[in-house]
Amino acid sequence: MADKHHIRVRLNGVEKQADVEPRLLLIHFIRDVAGQTGTHLGCDTTSCGACTVLLDGQPIKSCTLFAVQADGREIMTVEGLIQGGKLHPIQEGFHQEHGLQCGFCTPGMMMSALALLEKNPEPTEEEIRWGISGNLCRCTGYQNIVKAVQHASSKMREGVPA
Amino acid sequence: MIPPVFEYARPGTIAEAVSLLQLHGDDAKILSGGQSLIPMMKLRLARPAWLIDINSIPDLAYIRENDGHLHIGGLTREADIEESKLIRAKYPIIHETARVIADPQVRNLATIGGNLAHGDPANDHGATMLALEAEVVATGANGPRSIAIRDFFQSIFSTALAHDEILTEIRIPAPGARSGGAYFKLERKVGDFATAGVAAQVTLDADGVCTKAGIGLTNVGPTPIKAVRAEAFLRGRKLDAANIAEAARLAMEESQPSSDLRGPAEYKKGLVKELTKRALTRAAERAGK
Repeated sequence: MADKHHIRVRLNGVEKQADVEPRLLLIHFIRDVAGQTGTHLGCDTTSCGACTVLLDGQPIKSCTLFAVQADGREIMTVEGLIQGGKLHPIQEGFHQEHGLQCGFCTPGMMMSALALLEKNPEPTEEEIRWGISGNLCRCTGYQNIVKAVQHASSKMREGVPA
Repeated sequence: MIPPVFEYARPGTIAEAVSLLQLHGDDAKILSGGQSLIPMMKLRLARPAWLIDINSIPDLAYIRENDGHLHIGGLTREADIEESKLIRAKYPIIHETARVIADPQVRNLATIGGNLAHGDPANDHGATMLALEAEVVATGANGPRSIAIRDFFQSIFSTALAHDEILTEIRIPAPGARSGGAYFKLERKVGDFATAGVAAQVTLDADGVCTKAGIGLTNVGPTPIKAVRAEAFLRGRKLDAANIAEAARLAMEESQPSSDLRGPAEYKKGLVKELTKRALTRAAERAGK
């Protein structure tokens, strides 16, 4: 057993502290230590993107970062999308446009989509496909995921002064 | 998959990191972006007893031009290289290399220093840095030293870095007037390593004669390969279709691919020829502008 390290992270706006073994992966910290199971562990080999979360606003694969590396940083998962009981425009987009079938990839897909739209509020279809290129979906063929992101893009721009 | 047990240290300075490397010797590995190391640890292909995390060391991530060189800090993320306006405008070959590495999430963590120091012939920056004739700066107990990139890659996963050295900077000579470069990679799908990749960088004189050519090959041998015969052939010649085709043939001869899941060796050789032709053609176009 290696020395444990005390870490402190903000997970969806709430501070979490824990003593962790260095080898604890961030995905296991989020799911097993913090108990937020919205983020899924898929391939566990840095390929599928199901475990995507935002680390200080940037999408990363939480199966390929140790929890101890996230010490002092901000993590956002799918649980952080909903605001005051109201679906985030990205969640609404996936709902309206049928952007999922089995739903396994959806939490990671939505985090990549959020990071994309925050950087580029009005992406082209090609830019959307590029933005989600690190997230695999085995059900939809991606068509409706692209539409969901386009839906969210127009919703998020509504009411925002140009 | 849970990696084997290891101890973790997060030094705040390069000197502290170097002394930890000296203390733990070959049992220690530097943790930079971790996007190759952590998967290898999960697969038990790497079992370091110590990880020295350099992510808290200040001033190791930067992209700047001075002294006739582009300087990229070892800890600079691929995503920052991909998005750098300076690199996009003046070093499109580096932009094209960074943007085809893995996928967006991986590029947010992966670093250029890690990409080179890992010594994986499938990593993309090696070929590009060979084409650009870069130097890497290795910092150890006696301070920094510079290593020419052609002397850096020694064999598969093995580089000229000593066990107590950290790759702190990459220095690229600023290309002069009438220079251009390009990187072409064929991958089976986004995120895969190259089936083959080719980087080409050329400089022309006022008459369009090639005065300098650099060609690097990705994932077609035990290290990134500098296609020196193809480079030598081009010097003093115009980059017309016939000369480009001959250089592409020479680069193909210099490649040493193995057959694997990405294709038979003969196919990869053919790919090197075609990608060299495309990269040289694009590089010459950019140099002529």
